[in-house]
Amino acid sequence: MKQWKVLLVDDEEEFVSTLAERLALRGIQAGVATSGEEALRAMEAEPPEVVVLDLMMPGLSGLEVLQRIKRRRPQTQVILLTGHGSTRDGIEGMRLGALDYLMKPLKIEELLEKIHEAVSSPGET
Amino acid sequence: MSVKEWFRMVHLLDIPEEGEPIERYNILRRNMIILMIVVTLFPLILMASVNYHQYQAALKDEIVNPLRVLVNKTKHSFELFLAERLSAVSFIASAYSFEQLADENTLNRIFRVMRREFGGFVDLGLIDSRGIQVSYVGPYDLKGKNYAEQSWFHEVQVRGSYISDVFMGYRKFPHIVMAIQHRTETGLTWILRATVDTEKFDDLIASMGLDPGSDAFLLNRNGVFQTPSKLYGGVLESFPLPMPPVTYEANVIEQKNARGDSIFLAYTYFVHPAYSLVVVKPQTAVLKSWYTLKSELFFLFLISVLIIFSVVFKLTDILVRRMRDCDLKREAAFREMQHTHKLSSIGRLAAGVAHEINNPLAIINEKAGLMKDLIEYTPAFPENQKFLAQVNAILQSVQRCRSITHRLLGFARRMEVQIEVLDVNEVIKETLTFLEKEALYRNIEVRLQLVDDLPRIASDRGQLQQVFLNLLNNAVAAVEDGGLITVTTWERDLDTIAVSVQDNGCGMSEETLKHLFEPFFTTKQGRGTGLGLAITYGIVKKLGGDIDVKSKEGQGTTMTAYLPKKPRE
Repeated sequence: MKQWKVLLVDDEEEFVSTLAERLALRGIQAGVATSGEEALRAMEAEPPEVVVLDLMMPGLSGLEVLQRIKRRRPQTQVILLTGHGSTRDGIEGMRLGALDYLMKPLKIEELLEKIHEAVSSPGET
Repeated sequence: MSVKEWFRMVHLLDIPEEGEPIERYNILRRNMIILMIVVTLFPLILMASVNYHQYQAALKDEIVNPLRVLVNKTKHSFELFLAERLSAVSFIASAYSFEQLADENTLNRIFRVMRREFGGFVDLGLIDSRGIQVSYVGPYDLKGKNYAEQSWFHEVQVRGSYISDVFMGYRKFPHIVMAIQHRTETGLTWILRATVDTEKFDDLIASMGLDPGSDAFLLNRNGVFQTPSKLYGGVLESFPLPMPPVTYEANVIEQKNARGDSIFLAYTYFVHPAYSLVVVKPQTAVLKSWYTLKSELFFLFLISVLIIFSVVFKLTDILVRRMRDCDLKREAAFREMQHTHKLSSIGRLAAGVAHEINNPLAIINEKAGLMKDLIEYTPAFPENQKFLAQVNAILQSVQRCRSITHRLLGFARRMEVQIEVLDVNEVIKETLTFLEKEALYRNIEVRLQLVDDLPRIASDRGQLQQVFLNLLNNAVAAVEDGGLITVTTWERDLDTIAVSVQDNGCGMSEETLKHLFEPFFTTKQGRGTGLGLAITYGIVKKLGGDIDVKSKEGQGTTMTAYLPKKPRE
């Protein structure tokens, strides 16, 4: 199995670290960031192929981070996470270039599926 | 008590804000009716009574004035007649000497000339200063008769002339006597006395040309008839009514005759002789035109009053009904607004709670997931199956929480009014989940006949859900336990789809159907607000659709909502 680089971004440290560990168990190397700013810095250092991004974060919001990612590295695939029932943000995110959106709490199988989908159909260049 | 105080006392100007609605509107209606009737009838009555009296006065003048003129004219005729006769006698007394007049031949010749020239003279006689008839020409043998003791003899000596009251004389005809005293330069006096019949009086009265109901006659000062009256008695009988007050100008008074009828009494007194001319005219005949006018006036007044009453009642009814409807609508709108407001508050709260819970839930999910991963990825250890079972239980609980929070978020999302393209079938199914419990509990079968290729429509999900929920609620309330509810969808035409909810419940009467969509109309006494279907109807109308109801008592009801595919512009 090929090693993909995945970056998990969420303000809940416990959430991202645990999720990263679970992905690692499944052979996916995942970095973590607990804010939008940190995520953007991490991307500069080591650009990932897939970013899993929470929409509701203090500081830079998910949609802003998404826009910056797409501006700098359009080929990066972004999967959005939302704790909010409204599909509006999700749809807005997809309009801005996100691959899809998932609702929290996640089902690990769904996330894996989306990551697979992301790497098999690279974002526009 | 002033009008203002009176108004305050009966609270006519208060519009009651408190109290039972029906009573409140009744009071309002009563006050408006009373006020409007008072305000309209008062001037009408005032005008009618002013008119009444003015007309009456004008008409009376119109009748009274000619009467007065007639009486005056006739009086003058009488006076002229008497003066003429008296001056004839006076002329003879002056023109002839005592000796000539004492000669019966001469007197006879003079008498014949008088009769020819003037008419009406019956006899002529000369009386000397002692009162002894010296000579006489006429039907009686009065020569030598002594008048010295009679009152007229004294009066003629004092006044120089005399006209008597009427008496029954020759051949039982009424007559009057006139006498003139003549005094020569030598101081010798004698009296010339003539009798005149009063046939001419009757001619004068006849010449007044009175109508058959009226009467005219002469009276003396004591109220004795000098000329016959048609209605009140013959000559020398007494006038049955009291004599009117003395006036030498023509006067008209109103009074009652012996039978109690109202009469006009037109009269005037003569200066000399002491007669009075009286004309009696019954008021009924005189005022016939007045009575016609009066009844016309009254009729007009009555019709006006009737019109006013009917207009006032009708108008007040319409006004009060409109006010009540407006109040009800305002109240309904207010309640609906409150309801919506409450729901959206709940929605926001639910969304906030759901979102806050989702984050820790996500952590629990990941932690438990990791535990499960670790158990699965590490070799078997004691009790690992038991651990796995615990972790799975945690994960299942997380899934349950997840479905709850997602449902809460879904509910919140429905509170936001927004048009989206949606599948009505799906909305119906979603709505049915709210009623599943009750349907199951009461053993109600809900049969879905949803057409597969129903076009998606652009509408508001939350409001559609409320519509379907209300329709379904009513169906559930209508059916017995174990009843059947059928939900059908179909494409009605190019622009509309239809959703019908049919039940086999109690159905509705004609009367209920008529009021079905009125706010506050409810058959669920004490349990319903009466707003459900009113709101439903309002929503469907707002979305550009329509609702159709078919119901038969005892057989069930079918409510069909027609929804446009595109929202109304």
